[in-house]
Amino acid sequence: MSEVEFDTAGVVKNFMYVNRKAPYGTIYALEVLEAVLISAAFEQNAAIVFVDDGVYQIKKDQDTTAINMKNFSPTYGIIEMEKEDAEEDEDMDMVWRIIVEKESMEARGLTPDDFKVEVEVLSSDELAKVMAEQEVVISG
Amino acid sequence: MIHTVNKSPFERNSLDSCIRLSEKGSPILLLEDGVYAATSGTNVSDKVSDAAKDHPMYVMGPDLEARGIASDKIMDGITVVDYGGFVDLVVEHGAVNSWL
Repeated sequence: MSEVEFDTAGVVKNFMYVNRKAPYGTIYALEVLEAVLISAAFEQNAAIVFVDDGVYQIKKDQDTTAINMKNFSPTYGIIEMEKEDAEEDEDMDMVWRIIVEKESMEARGLTPDDFKVEVEVLSSDELAKVMAEQEVVISG
Repeated sequence: MIHTVNKSPFERNSLDSCIRLSEKGSPILLLEDGVYAATSGTNVSDKVSDAAKDHPMYVMGPDLEARGIASDKIMDGITVVDYGGFVDLVVEHGAVNSWL
């Protein structure tokens, strides 16, 4: 069987990942996180967004020992590292943003200090504009 | 009868229905994503503190820890329990009504 070839070398799109679910009650958060890591492998632009209960995914101090589930929150630190690498590496065009919607954060009594990664806090209006600029949106 | 709520109050109306349809004095236990209702300073804090006047309110400690919610963020009048405490509540109050 001949190998399939894709003419995608050098193609970079703007991806947005919209996280709207709390981390452990459903599998959505973990699945989106996996997809984000794949876009790092392909050096795609990514806006990782946390709205509604999704803001709870990046809450500090998660400890799942007593519920016997995997604590995947340290992986968001990897996302932050990817973002910083992209910013510092001059040979890399990849742009990553980590965004929290202000309204969702405040409705839950949270502040940027509650998050384990550094985030851009945008209002709904500002986020709507960024969202409208995307080429691919993956939601969970 | 003891009532349990395992959904986030920001995403579902499970807690609203539980509060509306539970008899005064019957305990309500928040667990899994339901524990977010027990945090102070949120859009649902007033609703939950009102409910706590009519019901003994409990919240599941292991689920709080998993979600990174410190005990000083829990509203006054809500008691943290563990799995053993859940069993004790069920033994004491009989039927479990799960608001999913």
